[in-house]
Amino acid sequence: MNHRPDPAACAACPTHDRAQLARLGVDLADVDYVVALAGNPNTGKSTVFNALTGLRQHTGNWPGKTVARAEGAFRYAGRRYKLVDLPGTYSLLSTSVDEEVARDFILFGRPDVTVIVVDATRLERNLNLVLQVLAITDRAVVCLNLMDEARRHGLAVDHRRLARDLGVRVVPTAARGGEGLPALLEAIDEVATGATGRHTRHIWREPPRVRRAVADLVAGLEALFPDLPNARWVALRLLDGDERIVEAVRRGELPVPAAPVAVPLALEVAP
Amino acid sequence: MTRAPASDAERLLARAQQWRWEIGHGFHDQLMEAIYAEAARLADRAVTRPQGPPRFDLDRAIDRLVTSRRWGFALMLLLFTLVFWITISGANVPSAWLSWLLIEQGHPFLKHLSAAIGLSPWLSGLLVDGMYLATAWVVSVMLPPMAIFFPLFTLLEDFGYLPRVAFNLDRAFHRAGAHGKQALSMMMGFGCNAAGVVATRVIDSPRERLIAILTNNFALCNGRWPTQILIAGLFIGSVAPAFLAGFLSALAVVGVAVLGVLMTFAVSWGLSRTLLRGEVSTFSLELPPYRPPRIWRTIVTSLVDRTAYVLWRAVVFALPAGAAIWLVANVSLGEVPLAGHLVRVLDPVGLLLGLNGVILLAYVVAIPANEIVIPTVLMLTVLMTGVADVGAGSGVMFELEGASLARLLDAGGWTLLTAVNLMLFSLMHNPCSTTLLTIYRETGSRRWTVVAALLPLALGVLATFAVAQTCRLVAIAARTP
Repeated sequence: MNHRPDPAACAACPTHDRAQLARLGVDLADVDYVVALAGNPNTGKSTVFNALTGLRQHTGNWPGKTVARAEGAFRYAGRRYKLVDLPGTYSLLSTSVDEEVARDFILFGRPDVTVIVVDATRLERNLNLVLQVLAITDRAVVCLNLMDEARRHGLAVDHRRLARDLGVRVVPTAARGGEGLPALLEAIDEVATGATGRHTRHIWREPPRVRRAVADLVAGLEALFPDLPNARWVALRLLDGDERIVEAVRRGELPVPAAPVAVPLALEVAP
Repeated sequence: MTRAPASDAERLLARAQQWRWEIGHGFHDQLMEAIYAEAARLADRAVTRPQGPPRFDLDRAIDRLVTSRRWGFALMLLLFTLVFWITISGANVPSAWLSWLLIEQGHPFLKHLSAAIGLSPWLSGLLVDGMYLATAWVVSVMLPPMAIFFPLFTLLEDFGYLPRVAFNLDRAFHRAGAHGKQALSMMMGFGCNAAGVVATRVIDSPRERLIAILTNNFALCNGRWPTQILIAGLFIGSVAPAFLAGFLSALAVVGVAVLGVLMTFAVSWGLSRTLLRGEVSTFSLELPPYRPPRIWRTIVTSLVDRTAYVLWRAVVFALPAGAAIWLVANVSLGEVPLAGHLVRVLDPVGLLLGLNGVILLAYVVAIPANEIVIPTVLMLTVLMTGVADVGAGSGVMFELEGASLARLLDAGGWTLLTAVNLMLFSLMHNPCSTTLLTIYRETGSRRWTVVAALLPLALGVLATFAVAQTCRLVAIAARTP
């Protein structure tokens, strides 16, 4: 049997302290950490954004609604967070402006945590993006959203197994009804305050020739950028001829991991 | 950030380039396939699907109907007609009530007040007859239809209907040589063209994105819906028996909107064969699940975000416009007020286009915001005709509802042709200055911004000219035995 937590029982539990969350709207002063909100279009990213910041970004039920970044803030457990809602994208590999906005922010904006909002009813398609984000950063939380719809369709999603497979926290939520948001906040807080891992996920087991090319370029990249956490991903992008990344290598702009305490954004991505 | 010595970086890039040659084509596809395969494997491990025969899927059943080739378009038209019918027939009562409050009661009250505190006639004219009345006009004419239309439209959007409309239109866009996602930016344009232009960012190819930007203006925006709804209600509705009036007006508005969509296709087709030749790219459009809209929340948000936003914008532009109109109406050059000269200069052009000088002048005044076209037209008409029972002084607008409004426009020489051509011209003219600024920001090109301004204007002039001349020829032919 699948046991769902009873919200009422949770609220009564002493460890559950709703007062820990304060929605700060657009008050972006003195933030301690920056959290990016990524995900496929139409997975409820903006709903999560609104629930955490108390803002009212219009949420439309169609893909392509958010094409620029929206920013808001919240305070949780005494720490101030800036939340950046990125355009919904299916991948980070192609060339449209909205995908570039999302990719550039995750890579160059150096968020302390990247939350990937995922549609539980369309897990396979959504995981494409998750895998690509995890190749860039391991400071990530997967928000397995729309669990209410998954249940309605009779789907059971084993979030524990998914978390083990992906190597990051996976939090089931139904953001429209507020379900699972306390756990999401906890996970964000944990990743933000936790030690930096240096192990991004490998996208694939490359064929031999590609492997040799990747190994060669990774060695070169690590010599140039000693602390680069995602050298393998950068190498793959170079092999794919990604102009933006070529330019970043040329100018020496590849970001190294943020210091334990959040630093201001290094690069504002122009809308 | 670490800064690498430039030469090392260049060497690395050169090596990457070499490897690219060795690995050869198909790397990108291999990479994508690997990601897809891994995603499929992980999803398969995590998800347990329900056993047994697939249940009846309501979403799919609805989709099959609303995106079917036979019923899709008919259903679309029916739905939008219904929305406009509700808007037009629902807006009358609150409109009358607001105009009674703001204009019949509010205006004389403010006049007395300004006389009591001893304002000079000039100042009281500028503030009360100019700025206040223009604003009161905007509020009473625009607030009720917007307060009904936007929540209805937002409900459709939240339900998930808009992507289905995009799906229906995709094939047509493809045939026009444009990107199917243009349907989405067009949908956004029905709210606001500036937002629609920004929404074209979802289109990857610069060529197709430019087509989408240049044609976005053919989607009727917030600022123009009220014009369409009002004029259709006054003139189109009046040619039908009373019980059909609302329906016919709604149909006329839908007709103009559909014409806008057809223009979008036609102009996209033309551009993709002349200035912007190239390949059509493919994409996949996801049909999101239908979600029951949270009705109260949607209504409140759309009232706050859309209705209040548009109204605020209109008021902000109406205040200076009201002052400007009052000034041109009261500053005389020789014997005739300035506005008289301007209108007289524009009248011959207006006549050719089946419009009049007042309308053309209103469109010049309304470049910053389409929202103030109607108030400007009405104020100028009062001024030019000097209809006796409508106002105490020239340049002042009083009653506005129903019969008296129609009477006023009749006195201004308006006919059914004027109304039809005004609706056409409202659909096809230069975008407002906000949209033009956005186009400039998104394209970074002055040339394309100029094209975006002149292309629809030229088409509008052409269309109204053609309609006016055809109409007159038919009229002459009918009179000649």
